[in-house]
Amino acid sequence: MENGTIKVPTMAEKMPEGKKPEVLFWVGCAGSFDDRAKKITKAFVKILSKAGVDFAVLGTEESCTGDPAKRAGNEFLFMMQAMANIEVLNAYEITDIVTACPHCFNTLKNEYPELGGNYKVIHHTTFINNLLKEGKLSVEGGSFKGKRITFHDPCYLGRANGIYEAPRELIQKLDAELVEMRRCKSNGLCCGAGGAQMFKEPEKGNKDINIERTEEALETQPEIIAAACPFCNTMMTDGVKNSEKEGQLPVLDIAELIAQAKDL
Amino acid sequence: MHFGIQNIIFIVILAIATYLFARSFKKIWRNIKLGKDLDRSDRKNERWALMTRVALGQSKMVKRRVIAGFFHVLIYAGFLLINIEVAEILIDGILGTHRIFAGPLGLVYDAAINFFEVLAVLVIIACVVFLWRRNVSVVPRFKELKGWAKKDGNNILIIEIVLMFALLILGAAEANMDDKVAGPWIVSGMLAPLFGNISQESLHLIERIAWWAHIVGILAFLNYLPFSKHFHIIMAFPNVWYSKLQPKGQFTNMESVKKEVETMMDPNADPFAAPAEGDTPPGRFGAKDVTDLNWVQLMNSYSCTECGRCTAVCPANLTGKKLSPRKIMMDTRDRLEEVGKNIDANKGEFKDDGKSLLDDYITREELWACTTCNACVEACPVNIDPLSIITDMRRYLVMEESSASQQINMMMTNVENNGAPWAYAQADRANWINE
Repeated sequence: MENGTIKVPTMAEKMPEGKKPEVLFWVGCAGSFDDRAKKITKAFVKILSKAGVDFAVLGTEESCTGDPAKRAGNEFLFMMQAMANIEVLNAYEITDIVTACPHCFNTLKNEYPELGGNYKVIHHTTFINNLLKEGKLSVEGGSFKGKRITFHDPCYLGRANGIYEAPRELIQKLDAELVEMRRCKSNGLCCGAGGAQMFKEPEKGNKDINIERTEEALETQPEIIAAACPFCNTMMTDGVKNSEKEGQLPVLDIAELIAQAKDL
Repeated sequence: MHFGIQNIIFIVILAIATYLFARSFKKIWRNIKLGKDLDRSDRKNERWALMTRVALGQSKMVKRRVIAGFFHVLIYAGFLLINIEVAEILIDGILGTHRIFAGPLGLVYDAAINFFEVLAVLVIIACVVFLWRRNVSVVPRFKELKGWAKKDGNNILIIEIVLMFALLILGAAEANMDDKVAGPWIVSGMLAPLFGNISQESLHLIERIAWWAHIVGILAFLNYLPFSKHFHIIMAFPNVWYSKLQPKGQFTNMESVKKEVETMMDPNADPFAAPAEGDTPPGRFGAKDVTDLNWVQLMNSYSCTECGRCTAVCPANLTGKKLSPRKIMMDTRDRLEEVGKNIDANKGEFKDDGKSLLDDYITREELWACTTCNACVEACPVNIDPLSIITDMRRYLVMEESSASQQINMMMTNVENNGAPWAYAQADRANWINE
């Protein structure tokens, strides 16, 4: 299958050719279905292609990792999803997985091994950063040079897995001015989507969490809010829509920043 | 001074205090062991290092909230170091000696006591600052505390101030004594003129009263601990040692569920197989009451000092929702204490009281407000994990009661039927490629 001029092979296509990709791109539900997140998926695919990475996706054989079910307390559903996914992944002898979703990343990396799914799982921000370090990809600031960019730490990338620097290093490689929010890194404030909150109305309170977080981002007077999670992206985008900055402040994924800087 | 009636009284008091404390401690440990088994004895070297850094080294105390962290370290250092002097007091009390270390240690002794006295003053200052932050200019995270929780915090600070004053008065009286064995020291020396025109007999009496006040105060305080949040000075150490060492995002995989799903997915499994002889029926999924939690979670509740750093960073709490991770821990301890008392009152057997941690203490609204962001876990200075309790209780709600909200149920139905949390068809999953 193709996306524009870029070929996006599925494992089902690769397998009969007797080829195994270097890495499987786990797209995730948001990346597959959500219109906004699909743009992130495509930006990352462009980067993979530009860097000459031999990758493939599962396509219709991919299924939810079970993360939202597990966080909601449905261990049965999580296990069924996990075991079915592991069967597919193991059948294709997958060893390396990259994903643009911190929730998929956390589940695949931490919770699948005990169930028989042992893979080297890497988040796309780390993956892109490695491509730059290995010289497979180069990037200059381009349109982002000197821009004020604040980065919102996704809980499942940051606190949950201790990855704070990869996305920041990428922003700095764009020659942009990285401005930190009051609560950042291990002290970062959640966007409000985790723990299956994305799929329900919040409990009664005096404010929505994404509004609180967006206000904090606005305090840094950014020109761009950078995110590294499709759910955070939705929450922050909604937050900006509810502010006086509506329509003026883009919320972009790190992959989109890199892809745009390279005019991909 | 020689061995006499005073020493006999001292030994009796010491024995009673030790016995009472051991009894309270045993009861708490019994309560903790009401929790389910959990093996956290792996990676021992890492655990010792973690305990040294986080519990002994207070690394998370000073990481953020610098003012509280600084003054806490003062009180903590005072507690640890001044206890060296308590060792001397105990020996003196038992043997009838007076400042037994003074002779052998000489100048080192004077240096040590001078240092302790400076620490004592710093402890008093820190306690006054903390009383101020709790009662006058109230720090937001303390506003939630009411009743016993508020009183307890103040009690501890006042007791500490009294103990430190007793220590200084002891030195001040002694500084005026003709037959002193050491001193005068830096702070008590300055206080000495307070007792300047007093007879030697009265000085001895004041010195004795201060001495007894200090040591009996300490023994009383020891026995106050098991009823107080101040128990954290002991529990912090095992609590950190038994921390979860996996990445914070890694939730437990439930073994009982794994077995069932494996059987379900095994094409060779006999769907009509009768349970094997001796198979015990599976226990409750998730946690409804404290006894459904594991012992580390219960130990967490006794290690909580109600500082509220967790609640202060909780996104749900910050935006006005009912959830407070500190309350989750306090509720867990309160319910566990209730269960323990029930067992004591019923000859070692728990008699159903029609209550549970769920609903009677922690409401569903609180549980569903959690974003599982781990901010509370990160913030806790002694590595308490409120999130694991919230998760276990959600597991009960979903797997035993099927009582999730309609929206959560919809999400789960979608995952089950379409492999995505939204109502998109699995067959359309790769459509983005050609769009």
